[in-house]
Amino acid sequence: MADLSVELAGVTLSNPIIAASGTFGFGKEYAQLYSLRELGGISCKGITLKERPGNPPPRIAETPSGILNAVGLQNPGVEHFITEDLPWLQTQGTAIIANIAGNTPEDYCAMAQRLSDTPVDMIELNISCPNVKEGGVQFGTSCASVAAITKQVRRFCKKPLMVKLSPNVADIAEIAKAAESEGADAVSLINTLTGMRIDIETGRPILRNNTGGLSGPAVFPVAVRMVWQVANAVRIPVVGMGGVSSWQDAVEMLMAGATALQVGTALFADPYAPLKICRGLEEYLERKGLRSVRELTGTVQTW
Amino acid sequence: MSYDVRQSLLVAKEQLAPGIFDYRLQDAWLAGQAKPGQFLHILVPGKTLRRPISICDVDPAAQTVRIVFEVRGEGTAVLAAAQPGDVVDVLGPLGHGFAPVNQQGRALFVGGGIGVPPLLYAARQYGGNATVILGFRNREAIILQQDFVNAGCRVLLTTDDGSAGAKGLVTAPLEQELQQSPAPVYACGPTPMLRGVAALAKRYQTPCQVSLEERMGCGVGACLVCACKVRRADGSEGYLHVCKDGPVFDAQEVIW
Repeated sequence: MADLSVELAGVTLSNPIIAASGTFGFGKEYAQLYSLRELGGISCKGITLKERPGNPPPRIAETPSGILNAVGLQNPGVEHFITEDLPWLQTQGTAIIANIAGNTPEDYCAMAQRLSDTPVDMIELNISCPNVKEGGVQFGTSCASVAAITKQVRRFCKKPLMVKLSPNVADIAEIAKAAESEGADAVSLINTLTGMRIDIETGRPILRNNTGGLSGPAVFPVAVRMVWQVANAVRIPVVGMGGVSSWQDAVEMLMAGATALQVGTALFADPYAPLKICRGLEEYLERKGLRSVRELTGTVQTW
Repeated sequence: MSYDVRQSLLVAKEQLAPGIFDYRLQDAWLAGQAKPGQFLHILVPGKTLRRPISICDVDPAAQTVRIVFEVRGEGTAVLAAAQPGDVVDVLGPLGHGFAPVNQQGRALFVGGGIGVPPLLYAARQYGGNATVILGFRNREAIILQQDFVNAGCRVLLTTDDGSAGAKGLVTAPLEQELQQSPAPVYACGPTPMLRGVAALAKRYQTPCQVSLEERMGCGVGACLVCACKVRRADGSEGYLHVCKDGPVFDAQEVIW
């Protein structure tokens, strides 16, 4: 049997498939369907220092081969996560990635410090959420701001630190290098692309937030291209995401340079998608005579 | 609560009114699990999101779950093209359905348009103790009237244009019923109707459960998109989620 395990910033994942932040809650709902041990890891719903109510509905709109969402980081706050969700999650046998979002650099630092004293395996710095008015993506769209926030959080973060990048930038490879230069242990990409839909009968945007983040198969080719560019620009591992729905997509993203993958929107149509992707990866590796999924990373032979 | 992804066999299909379809899905496990007011999240080939469709009824003997849905867009149009013998991919049963209050006593059911189907299975539990008030646009849009009669319920009908039953809104006969004797109210329909029903239930100080709708993602409570604003017991406001906390809510906690 081919080996699916991967090393990500010092954390061993049993397989390269991680549930993407915001699509998997804190794991309880999907644990009704299968053991979370089947996943390489879970990137938890983005958490903030204090509870956030999120945006008014509608928060989702379907688009050709994708969805727009504008949840607005509804979450119970970091303390609630640590006391109510983490104790259960840490017994589930999967890597736990805490995704944190802040209004200010101080928020990020306080959460990184607090979470450093907990059993979470890794911290994912969310500087790419397009659906909140303050914070989020404002830290993630220039090299200077990415470098500054990474540097500040790094001082307080004793866990492996992964920076989640926005695709809504001119040059994502430069952004990734800025994160790497200030101590990021990994980068994950892409967060959603900002989009908008309008109801032509009412003349109103479908989302109450007017705009939202586009995800799903529609963004997959953009994500593959950006993962490839970033993987060629940095030495730290790249976690690829954006429309990964099948094992074929997973192979493609790994070949582009990803070490591990996050699967999000695909869960909505098929909650079992991560498990099917793992089985498909195993069969592919067997067929190709490869012993480890690690042998696929970055193997695209560009023209 | 237990749910799973099922490949359920479509064994019977009928059209009940223009654009409204009635499917019976044979699936012993699903029929055994499904509770009144829950829903199925149905995969539509070629679409990124599943479609939430309420459970209309369950036939334990035939091991079927019945859904009645309206074609509203591309997704439901694809679903409406399925034929008996096809397999339908469903995630369910999902959600928090109607809570039984006192099935020995009288209960009032109020449904408007495509909000009528989720009431049938719940009304069946009350049989002759249920008074069911159904409202439709016109005679052509009427669905499931005979099914409620067959379940032993007393049925009152209204239409917007008076082409069948009493002309007007469901709230008029509801108020008459509540004046006679207050009883628990179960309702599903357009938001303005539910708002009116909730206000009447409050005035007559009777419990009221409403089944709500919202654009939905995962269907199981993980993605938090189908938000419903509520007032909590401590007076604070916040968002619950239609897929997991609902689709049935206590009408008095909903902020309309």
